[in-house]
Amino acid sequence: MTQPEPAAAPAPVLALEEVTKSFGNVRALRGVSLRLHAGQAHALAGENGAGKSTLIKILAGVHGPDSGTVLLDGRPVSFAGPAGARDAGIAVIYQEPTLFADLSIAENIFMGRQPRRALGRIDHAAVREATAALMRRLGVDLDPDRPARGLSIADQQIVEIAKALSFDARVLIMDEPTAALTGTETARLFAVVDALRAEGAAVLFISHRLGEIFELCGSVTTLRDGALVATEDLDGLTEDDLVRRMVGRDLEELYPKQDTASGEPALTVRRLTREGVFHDVSFEVRRGEIVALAGLVGAGRSEVVQAVFGVDSADAGEVEVGGEKLRPGSPTAAMRAGVALVPEDRRQRGLVMEMSIERNIALTGLDRLGSAGVVRRTLERSRAADWAVRLQLKYGRLSDSVGVLSGGNQQKVVLAKWLATEPGVLIVDEPTRGIDVGTKAEVHRLLTALAADGIAVLMVSSDLPEVLGMADRVLVMHEGRLVASLPRAEATEESVMAAATGRSSEEAA
Amino acid sequence: MSTALDRQSQQPPQSPRPTDEKPGPRRSARSLTDLVFRVRELSIGGALALLIFGTWLANPGFLDDQGVKDLLLNSAILVLLATGQSVVVLTRNIDLSVGSVVGLTAFACGSFVSGTQHSAATVLLLGTGLGVLCGVLSGLLVSFGRVPALVVTLGMLYVIQGTGHVWAHGRQINAANVPEGVLRLGSGSVLGVPYLPLISALVLAATAYYLRTYRSGRELYAIGSNPEAARLAGIPIRRRVLGAYAFSGAVAGFAGALWLARFGTVVADAANGWELTVVSAVVVGGVAITGGVGTVWGAALGALLLTTIGSALVVLKVNPFWEQAITGALLLAAISTDRVVRSRTTEALRKRSRQ
Repeated sequence: MTQPEPAAAPAPVLALEEVTKSFGNVRALRGVSLRLHAGQAHALAGENGAGKSTLIKILAGVHGPDSGTVLLDGRPVSFAGPAGARDAGIAVIYQEPTLFADLSIAENIFMGRQPRRALGRIDHAAVREATAALMRRLGVDLDPDRPARGLSIADQQIVEIAKALSFDARVLIMDEPTAALTGTETARLFAVVDALRAEGAAVLFISHRLGEIFELCGSVTTLRDGALVATEDLDGLTEDDLVRRMVGRDLEELYPKQDTASGEPALTVRRLTREGVFHDVSFEVRRGEIVALAGLVGAGRSEVVQAVFGVDSADAGEVEVGGEKLRPGSPTAAMRAGVALVPEDRRQRGLVMEMSIERNIALTGLDRLGSAGVVRRTLERSRAADWAVRLQLKYGRLSDSVGVLSGGNQQKVVLAKWLATEPGVLIVDEPTRGIDVGTKAEVHRLLTALAADGIAVLMVSSDLPEVLGMADRVLVMHEGRLVASLPRAEATEESVMAAATGRSSEEAA
Repeated sequence: MSTALDRQSQQPPQSPRPTDEKPGPRRSARSLTDLVFRVRELSIGGALALLIFGTWLANPGFLDDQGVKDLLLNSAILVLLATGQSVVVLTRNIDLSVGSVVGLTAFACGSFVSGTQHSAATVLLLGTGLGVLCGVLSGLLVSFGRVPALVVTLGMLYVIQGTGHVWAHGRQINAANVPEGVLRLGSGSVLGVPYLPLISALVLAATAYYLRTYRSGRELYAIGSNPEAARLAGIPIRRRVLGAYAFSGAVAGFAGALWLARFGTVVADAANGWELTVVSAVVVGGVAITGGVGTVWGAALGALLLTTIGSALVVLKVNPFWEQAITGALLLAAISTDRVVRSRTTEALRKRSRQ
């Protein structure tokens, strides 16, 4: 783990020194340092939840560090919000495009920085012209005047990139910019980034495609659980080395998959369609099977499981549970049929944050905890205590509010809440997003154990190692369509990503 | 290049992805949305014309000199308020206190000038200042206090109304005590067009120009369209929202002063219930209640339409209670149409983007 030669390198344009940041009980960053030099591309590696996004948001002025300093040209700065960082020449392309759907592409790119004529009036013609020039530079054909609404994820990403290019950025930060791009688009992006770098911009690049890191960058910083693992030159490093630093252990250890014999179909989805969101989605999940639903952000995965559960109504198609047709658009009917959905956003949809642990666990089965509509507290408490033990929940008292628990333990409470309904089909949406590696492994073990007990598990996940490590079968969605169904043996990082980015239609089921 | 082709092959048969030499279909993406908005405003304009024409057929007196003048005078204040409200609604907020602000400022201005010889300009200044005060108070609570706009402005509505009642104590301002100069503002005209609608048109045009041409104006749209993206784009959201409320308050206060000039005789809750009419006008006029979409021109057309319906019903001797039902139906129709149109255009735009 050699540090880049400090004597040879000039002072960094932008640097972090011993930065720490916590959100509630979750320590997102612990004493992390990072240096970005002019004319160099640096990679940031780490698993989901390792703290990459937090680090970027600190560089972008969205968050301030709890301790430690941000250095710009060697001097400590504290940015006055995103605008401050932008004015310092820091451009950020976020993983999930942040566009104004109602405004034109040109306005999206130049919002707050429009060229002006006398008296502060916006020069609309200049805005349009500059946007057209950016589009030419990126080699894409997008009308500057069309609204951002309805753009594909790839095109949205291109608008984000154009936004970053539109001011002469000294530092360009890209959080998974290629996730939604095709090979040609990626190549074009890299050409532009290389040109910027050659002109002296510092680049920070994040990608889960390790090949791209090696292609674009000269050095890499790896994070694990919010802490710095290493900063080193990429020369002489292999992809396996990088993975080992990111994960810190062998994959088998992290994903304790038991082989289970799958039984008869528990959940059958036929030609499910929701206009403009997803089309003609058919699949089945058997008892004892873990099926992962993979794809890029915005591919429609969460929307599909929500339609299956009946939270959203579908325009066409049907859902069968255990051979019985499910009444569409009714979560109550789904629950009665033995389906449970652990939603993606646990803070918004999974938990009542102000309520106690025991109350949260009891929410799904209130009618089983008493009679005539009156809930019996003792029953409620004993059920909660029971689940707390089974899921190894770490808590103070069961009457504490859920909000004080760590992310991983909150996720366990959500799981307990749904497992208490004794489901035959368990749908989990991003079950381990934003929780620490230790708890993650526990959640994985739990899911595997549930499948071994004969529960059909459908898992939506953006975490590729998790998908590959856990699933018996991987279904891949691309822009609202199911484009591939890969058995465990055939599912690799490459095959899943290829399908998710729409590059391998021949594999479509 | 082969990857791009693969990507297409899973789509239903479509024309190949247009390249630089074929800008045709891209152009039309713009004209499509342009058209949708123009259709929105044209259809309100059309409905308005139809309504006026129909009523005129039934009763030609509807469009004589006095009739037209009445129509313009009646709609002037609503158009003004709709302009101010639009600016707030564009930021995904709402100002329910405007009706009470109008009432309070009208009464306050009336008390101030009763029996004096103050000029119309002083009254307008006083009204506007008082309105700004109310607007800033709401705005501070919404933007810096982070209290939902609905609750804040509903609270403000009652606070202002209550204050007015306590202060007025049942009294009313009599036209006889209001200086001649102020009343002339309400009844006078230039070349046969009354002052009031002229003033409204001026404010309307200036606001429309500002929203289109200034950075801060565009930022109001950005905030309403996607607050999180606005934050990341470094837009000073709180300042802008505060500004929107200050403007809405200023316009309401200004309208209160005009109200005094127009009617002379005012009570403290003069414009009671107007806030909902104003919001209806704005929404009927195509400003999305969820922010980010619409123009003040549309809102003004909405205000004009609602006022005309009221007047037409009187002329047609229909029970005036129908006015409320019709306003409500119009509101529901407008919102439903917007939803349908929006999802259709999104779908159309999405198809274009995938070509």
